[in-house]
Amino acid sequence: MISTQSSEADALGTASFTPLSSNKSPELPELPELPESSEWFSTIGKKLLTGITGLGLVIFVVVHLLGNLTLFFSASAYNRLAHIIERLGVLTYLVEGGLLAIALVHIAVGINIHMNKQTARPVKYAQYVSAGQPSRQSLSSRTMIVSGLVLGGFLVMHLATFKFGTYYTLPDGSGRDLSRLVFETFHRPGYTAGYVVVLSLLGLHLRHGIWSALQSLGIATRPGLYAASAVLGSAIALGFIGLPISIYFGLI
Amino acid sequence: MKINLKIWRQEHARVSGAFVHYTVANVQPDLSFLEVLDLLNEQLIAEGGVPVEFDHDCREGICGACGMMVNGQAHGPLQRTAVCQLYMRHFSDGDTVTVEPWRAKAFPVIKDLVVDRSALDRISAAGGYISVKTGAAPDANAVLVAKPDADTAFDYAACIGCGACIAACPNASASLFTAAKISQLALLAQGQPERKSRVVKMTQQMTAEGFGDCSNHGECQSVCPKGISIDAIAQMRREYIRAKLPFG
Ligand code: FES
Repeated sequence: MISTQSSEADALGTASFTPLSSNKSPELPELPELPESSEWFSTIGKKLLTGITGLGLVIFVVVHLLGNLTLFFSASAYNRLAHIIERLGVLTYLVEGGLLAIALVHIAVGINIHMNKQTARPVKYAQYVSAGQPSRQSLSSRTMIVSGLVLGGFLVMHLATFKFGTYYTLPDGSGRDLSRLVFETFHRPGYTAGYVVVLSLLGLHLRHGIWSALQSLGIATRPGLYAASAVLGSAIALGFIGLPISIYFGLI
Repeated sequence: MKINLKIWRQEHARVSGAFVHYTVANVQPDLSFLEVLDLLNEQLIAEGGVPVEFDHDCREGICGACGMMVNGQAHGPLQRTAVCQLYMRHFSDGDTVTVEPWRAKAFPVIKDLVVDRSALDRISAAGGYISVKTGAAPDANAVLVAKPDADTAFDYAACIGCGACIAACPNASASLFTAAKISQLALLAQGQPERKSRVVKMTQQMTAEGFGDCSNHGECQSVCPKGISIDAIAQMRREYIRAKLPFG
């Protein structure tokens, strides 16, 4: 007689995933078929993926920047750092492989979210205006797909120019003279200008990106974090841009 | 004053619509925007035309029935108000006001400015409920809820389901609507039994309905007539992580 109580007790005790039949409203239409979705490819899973991979890439970019800044000390310090990384051998390959995987996942999910956006609103608004604060919509947030794709393309070119670029050997034959390649490359006006533009786009991408990643991971969104994202994003971009500018104008 | 209206007219979901221009003269600044549409409809009926369909009920910002894009903004230019609380004193003589329905694949147009928002009902039905029998109102302090949690849950409970968050979202995502319910119930004792299943089922339903993914533009919190914060969305993600972690 009281067996109907068991489903409720079950739901209370074990947080059962079966909804109680009493909660089904008869007047609601049939629920559409749910797509087969795993944790990571669900709508929140995708946010977690972009957030985690994005923050991973931010850490990489900061470490890369610190490496670049050694060139401000001396060419030999920069070359020594390059040798240390080269000599790490297998570890370098592991890190490189990991970074490639992270970048590919980040790009794939970003493109998927962008494509979903197109299908979710097939008819566009004739007029659309942001309502302003506290909206986080900005030039940065609206252009994530563009800045992201440009950065992806740049990455390929960047690796071709430096990592797989001309292999100058140091005069004493002790290893690669990477700083010579850097100085040569950044004396080319076209390359330097392009580099400055792309790295500004990195700053633009990070302005929304850093804050957005924290929001995606559910980390409480204080106004401070949003501002900090702008500061960190610009600092990273300026750090990268400083080097080629200094080289081009003969400051170092 | 004289107000020019550029209104989206559409017979039904399967035919394409178009903007039609109208002019309403002698508009008093103390009229609400919906009352101007009423005036227009009287005018249209007198001329033997077809009145403009739009949803409305309470006309005091509490029911969530009304909703349309006014000059490109969900519920119009004022924040924390539904379009029924928008008054003509915020416009000037001779203004042209563009009026469009909410646009999303999951919100098919029924007619003119009326869209089918039953997708939101199905998201709620997928998990926006509690199974515990709550009985009559409990004695004060019988169920202890920390004051900050009670306040936040109350803020999230203020959602009237109008759909403005989706309409204004560049991605047409229903994250704020869905998160408000998930986060409200996650903060309260009565919401605990289904806490983990709720976030999974409601967000799955949101995707199944054809809403887009969130890109954290945060536009939703600016247009929400109840000012619900995207902190609810951050909490929804924490709830999801909790639900998926083996030890969460
Ligand atoms: S008509 Fe009820 S909220 Fe506008």
